Amino acid sequence: MLSLRNIVKQYANHRALDDVSIDIPEGKIFGLLGPNGAGKTSLIRIINQITAPDAGEIYFNNELLSPKHIEQIGYLPEERGLYKKMKVGEQMIYLAQLKGLNKSEAKQRLNHWFEKLDITSWWDKKVEDLSKGMQQKVQFIATILHDPKLIILDEPFSGFDPVNAQIIQDEILELNKNGATIIYSTHRMETVEELCDNIALINKSKKILDGSVKDIKKLYKNQSYCIDFVSKGSILNHDNPYYDLIKLNAQEEQVQIDIKINPKFQLNDVLNFLIPQVEIHQVKEIVPTIHDIFIEKVTQTHATIHEQN
Amino acid sequence: MNKIRLIIQREYLTRVRKKSFLLTTFLVPLFFIGMYVGVIFLTKKSFDESHSYVYVVDDSADVIHKLNSSKNVTYLKEGNDLQHQIGKLNKEDGRTSILHIPTDFYESETVEFLSNDKPNLSIESEISDSLNRIIKDKKYESYGITSEIRRSIKSDVKIKSKEISENGNTIESNTEISMAIALVLSVLIYISLFLYGSQVMRGIIEEKSNRIIEVIISSVKPFQLMMGKIIGIGLVGLTQFALWIFVSISLVLIVSNTLVSKEDFTNQLLKNNTQQVNSSKNTEVLSQDETVITEETISEIIQLIQTVNLPLIIGCFFIFFLGGYLIYSALFAAVGSAVDSETEASQFTLPITMPLLLTYALSFGVLINNPHGTVATWLSFIPFTSPIAMLVRIPFGVPTWQIIVSAILLILGFVLTTWFAARIYRVGILMHGKKASYKELIKWFKYKS
Repeated sequence: MLSLRNIVKQYANHRALDDVSIDIPEGKIFGLLGPNGAGKTSLIRIINQITAPDAGEIYFNNELLSPKHIEQIGYLPEERGLYKKMKVGEQMIYLAQLKGLNKSEAKQRLNHWFEKLDITSWWDKKVEDLSKGMQQKVQFIATILHDPKLIILDEPFSGFDPVNAQIIQDEILELNKNGATIIYSTHRMETVEELCDNIALINKSKKILDGSVKDIKKLYKNQSYCIDFVSKGSILNHDNPYYDLIKLNAQEEQVQIDIKINPKFQLNDVLNFLIPQVEIHQVKEIVPTIHDIFIEKVTQTHATIHEQN
Repeated sequence: MNKIRLIIQREYLTRVRKKSFLLTTFLVPLFFIGMYVGVIFLTKKSFDESHSYVYVVDDSADVIHKLNSSKNVTYLKEGNDLQHQIGKLNKEDGRTSILHIPTDFYESETVEFLSNDKPNLSIESEISDSLNRIIKDKKYESYGITSEIRRSIKSDVKIKSKEISENGNTIESNTEISMAIALVLSVLIYISLFLYGSQVMRGIIEEKSNRIIEVIISSVKPFQLMMGKIIGIGLVGLTQFALWIFVSISLVLIVSNTLVSKEDFTNQLLKNNTQQVNSSKNTEVLSQDETVITEETISEIIQLIQTVNLPLIIGCFFIFFLGGYLIYSALFAAVGSAVDSETEASQFTLPITMPLLLTYALSFGVLINNPHGTVATWLSFIPFTSPIAMLVRIPFGVPTWQIIVSAILLILGFVLTTWFAARIYRVGILMHGKKASYKELIKWFKYKS
């Protein structure tokens, strides 16, 4: 769907993007992650042709990205707002027309969306009379009204209460099901696992990780397990060659340990070691969350940069 | 192109539909015409207040026939009993007074003026003027100089200034009228360039602080948005001017009609008044010197206005307003994109409007006194100053080639400033919370697009 190749964006005294290449597969929800100032917004602005890269190419459905593609992209920026004095309906029609819809078509689709989200009574209200959450809802509709093939959402849930956030999340999933590719940029990792098929992690202007969420999680599995058991009386020696103890939680007889199995061994080896000594109740693999991976990768790159310095 | 049209449409309609637009459209002409009417009204009022009825008691029995009532004083004759008149005076209102002319008036050259309160100085001087004239007439007569001789001696030189136009014809010209028109044009264009230029700036700051800017420039190019805004607001300005001209003309027509009938009305009133005085008190009103100048001066003024080439002036006003507006609004747009709030903008608006301010100040001095001098000519060619300077010069007559060259330079200036402004604009609109310095602006200007 969208292929970014070796993108470089240079500002006067800092490099916002350094040789970033990302492939966004069609029909997927793609998470664009990274700490503040990593270069996410610069990248998104380049995809929207708001600014141009200093080097590198972008392909939209195998065509070099050009102004004609603007109408196939819907963009909800992080810094977003509407004309405060304009009426909601009028303003939405204007924004839709700027995306190439004609007036009657825009009106028709707006009616559909306003009914769907149950906000028809807002049509003649001025934007300044709406609450922040209501404005966000309206803005979301403006982003997707022209039925874009690629939807770019930068922190779409900020400003929403949990109920409305869920409504918007459902709409995003439905749009995706109907064929739209979605780029989702955020800090909120819990929604990433829920929504995203693929992610790319950007830090310090560089892409440091990308791939499908499943693959990345598999990659970052590190043989960690959580085991519940009841002691049979003898004292368990954790100082053994099979695993390293990460955490121990004992309440009388009930013991819970988090362990990391040493590279030469498997879970079975550990269990063989444990079974004679304890009565095992539960064994659970500890799968790293995207949140953990994010923090690990980001602090890692920080560390390497510090080392270099 | 289609998108620029949409932007123009929005910018235009949201402003024209505002109540404040409607209000200024009607209030500004009303204000000026109100001022005009107010001045007329006040002069009339002061005339009414200074008007006096003077009862004449003439012991010489000669002077009274020579006294002519004027605009300010109406002489009335009722009887020759001074004491009786004084007795009556106390009952009258303060405006009436008694002029007592003694028998030996021609020798003593003294009269008595009796009134209830302190006499009005202008009335006193008018009476003394009249009396002086009577004595003078009498003396001329005694020297054998008839009124015919005196009339033939009197002279009044009139200067008819004529200007030689390019094709050798002479045109009647009037410097005062040209000056007045030049000043009006100067004030008008100065105010409107500021007004609409800063509207562009405010619109851009609004889009920036609203955070709608990024939504819009993901659909259109920043240049399209900037030009759409500039053109849209420019059209609002043109609409406003057209409406002002239309409203002013209609108002002038209405007001002048009612004023004329009012004048008739007051005349009527005055007549009624004197008639009333006549009938009730058996008084003789002394001959009235009807002033015939009004009609003459009006036709004269109309003639003078006809010597001014109004279509040329209006045409040039629109051309130079548009040119100047496009230049300055582009600069205002660049400023608006660079700042986060209007208060922050002032550090940039002063330098960019300096040429405008300077020319405006000069237009009351050098430009108007010497409209064809070196300074004026140069200023009317430089695109940043020509909108004011050329318009100040035009009522005095400017060679056509100069107007054309100036207009072309103006267009070139507009293209250049727009190019310059657009480069700053495209970067500035995406900058938030960053205090822009001149160094920063130059950096933005150099960014690759």
